[in-house]
Amino acid sequence: MSKYNLDYLDELEAEAIHILREVAGQFEKPALLFSGGKDSITLVRLAEKAFRPGKFPFPLVHIDTGHNFEETIAYRDQMVERLGEKLIVGHVQESIDQGKVVEQTGKNASRNSLQTITLLDTIAKHGFDACIGGARRDEEKARAKERIFSVRDEFGQWDPKRQRPELWNIYNGKIHKGENVRVFPISNWTELDVWNYIKRENIDLPSIYFAHRRDVITRNGQLMAASPFLNMDADDIVENKMVRFRTVGDMSCTAAVESEADQIEDIIREISASKISERGARLDDKVSEAAMEDRKKGGYF
Amino acid sequence: MNLLKFFTAGSVDDGKSTLIGRLLYDTDSILADQLEALQQSNRKNDDGTIDLAILTDGLRAEREQGITIDVAYKYFQTEKRKFIIADTPGHIQYTRNMVTGASTAKLAIILIDARNGVVEQTIRHSYLVSLLGIEHVVVAINKMDMVDYSETVFNAITEKYALLAAELDMKEVTFIPVSALKGDNIVHESQNMLWYQGRSLLHFLETVDVEDKQSYNLARMPVQWVVRPQTDELHDYRGYAGRVLSGSFKVNDKVTVLPSGSSSVIDRIEIFDLRPEEVHAGQSVTLHLKDNIDISRGDVLVNADHLPQNAKLIEADVCWMDSRPLDESITYLLQHNSKVTKAKISEIIYKVDINTLEKQNATDFKLNDIGRILIKTADELAFDLYTENKANGAAILIDSRTNLTVAALMFRAVADY
Repeated sequence: MSKYNLDYLDELEAEAIHILREVAGQFEKPALLFSGGKDSITLVRLAEKAFRPGKFPFPLVHIDTGHNFEETIAYRDQMVERLGEKLIVGHVQESIDQGKVVEQTGKNASRNSLQTITLLDTIAKHGFDACIGGARRDEEKARAKERIFSVRDEFGQWDPKRQRPELWNIYNGKIHKGENVRVFPISNWTELDVWNYIKRENIDLPSIYFAHRRDVITRNGQLMAASPFLNMDADDIVENKMVRFRTVGDMSCTAAVESEADQIEDIIREISASKISERGARLDDKVSEAAMEDRKKGGYF
Repeated sequence: MNLLKFFTAGSVDDGKSTLIGRLLYDTDSILADQLEALQQSNRKNDDGTIDLAILTDGLRAEREQGITIDVAYKYFQTEKRKFIIADTPGHIQYTRNMVTGASTAKLAIILIDARNGVVEQTIRHSYLVSLLGIEHVVVAINKMDMVDYSETVFNAITEKYALLAAELDMKEVTFIPVSALKGDNIVHESQNMLWYQGRSLLHFLETVDVEDKQSYNLARMPVQWVVRPQTDELHDYRGYAGRVLSGSFKVNDKVTVLPSGSSSVIDRIEIFDLRPEEVHAGQSVTLHLKDNIDISRGDVLVNADHLPQNAKLIEADVCWMDSRPLDESITYLLQHNSKVTKAKISEIIYKVDINTLEKQNATDFKLNDIGRILIKTADELAFDLYTENKANGAAILIDSRTNLTVAALMFRAVADY
């Protein structure tokens, strides 16, 4: 292969670093939204590549639903310690206590949709003008349409019909006061690209990504981790299974898959052979054909 | 394995979304849950088979209207290559979205309906492809099943298109007869057109050489960010971070900083923990210079032997992208990579009727209009002509009243008056 033709992982990496540096150069108060999932962990690695030996020109921001996998929080705190960077946590519980959102009830109750308010409040409180996120276009069809620099109005809303043209690799981050930009440096990565990158870079992940034994119940055809955050009743049968998670979100909406894959190589093999998309394991996307589009319009990540 | 970004030009009526759907379907790139959603959808082809076009319509309004409004990006890979498809709208009112999708593509697929041949829309799409300097063009003559897979029909269309390609100065054009609906020559070679000796569309996409050889000598790196840790151990550290747009930089190369014109020599190159001797177009790097000179974001490092243009008065092709028309009385912001400067449009040189390719005198310039303007910038711009180096030859205009991106610019000449 010619030296001028970059390998695809190098090209994706270089593109993401370029985007991160544009954020640093164009915005006064950016932030990196860190969920503890593999995509935002990849973003952190890319930020190291973009800015080291300097400090990150932004803090990490975690929107905490309070319904976390404890492994994720342990991972987060350890990582922040290693990086020596600032972490800001926005708590959904606080939004509930302040009466800004109301906890859902019923069997399928989840705090996932409540996060949006906490996110918008955290953005407003700290005056963030750009929020870097780990969303990818291959995840979902509304995301497939979103720009890399995606402008939100002062209510945090995405307007898919009024997206700015995004030309060449030139990113227009100009906004009015009160607006902010969501920036997606790994827009063009697929799930498999992320895994191959994690393997190549030898990046540590929270243990729940790897096969482990766990008590689960089956709900709507999906395996959910049994936890105090899940409203369980007599119909729910708890089984102990070998599982792993393909995405990491709120415990009440992230489903596990049965798997024996406890090494990255096995996971990559499993995903390559898999016939179910990653967001297929997210109950939040199953509500309707336009579920993600509607949530993004409302200010979701 | 490398990555190829391509885009498709054509409307739903030409079967564009079906073609993309077919590429994904026949390369096994559609996952079970997506397929299930597809089968449950109530949009079906006339013969009851699943409508592959739905795969690419992401927004509610698009599904409702059965058209593509904005660019959707789709990803798939084969054993030979990874692909990013920009599925762009074909309707004239969404020209700006098509330009968005096309601006980063290295290859264009132009769809022609075999029953209709070269039509006004083909001319428009081909003009945009040529304007944006897309190096590789595939003309997919679709719906061959509707014309009895006729070689005569195919030949008549290719002959007509060749004239258009010559007029538009398109270098590399490949013609492939296909049926996206039936799958002929998309992934698998067709048994219905044994007269066609060429490659299937996918085979072509997998094997076409898309390396950019145009700008080997033009080393360019706009500075995005100056890395200065300012810690005790690293208090002299000063790295210029950016992405190499074109060409190569080597340790000990003499470089010039524009617009200031000062020079230095590359002391070392870093990519995080690596210390490469040489870096190339596409890589995001940090350069260190031997001399301590004043460099900040927006400046461009170039090789001293091949300097770019450095000017304030430039002729550019423009595609207008905003509902507010071009206004010669106001000051816009011009963004050229990481550099932003004020700019005014001093003259509309001409407007192109993109359906007939006629150049016309114009006093106004509205949404989706394309033509040539003379632009004057507050600061000097270190740019290359778009034909010589796309990566350093394009810019956008921003309306500072709305902050919207209102135009795409491609630099064509330094104005000498």
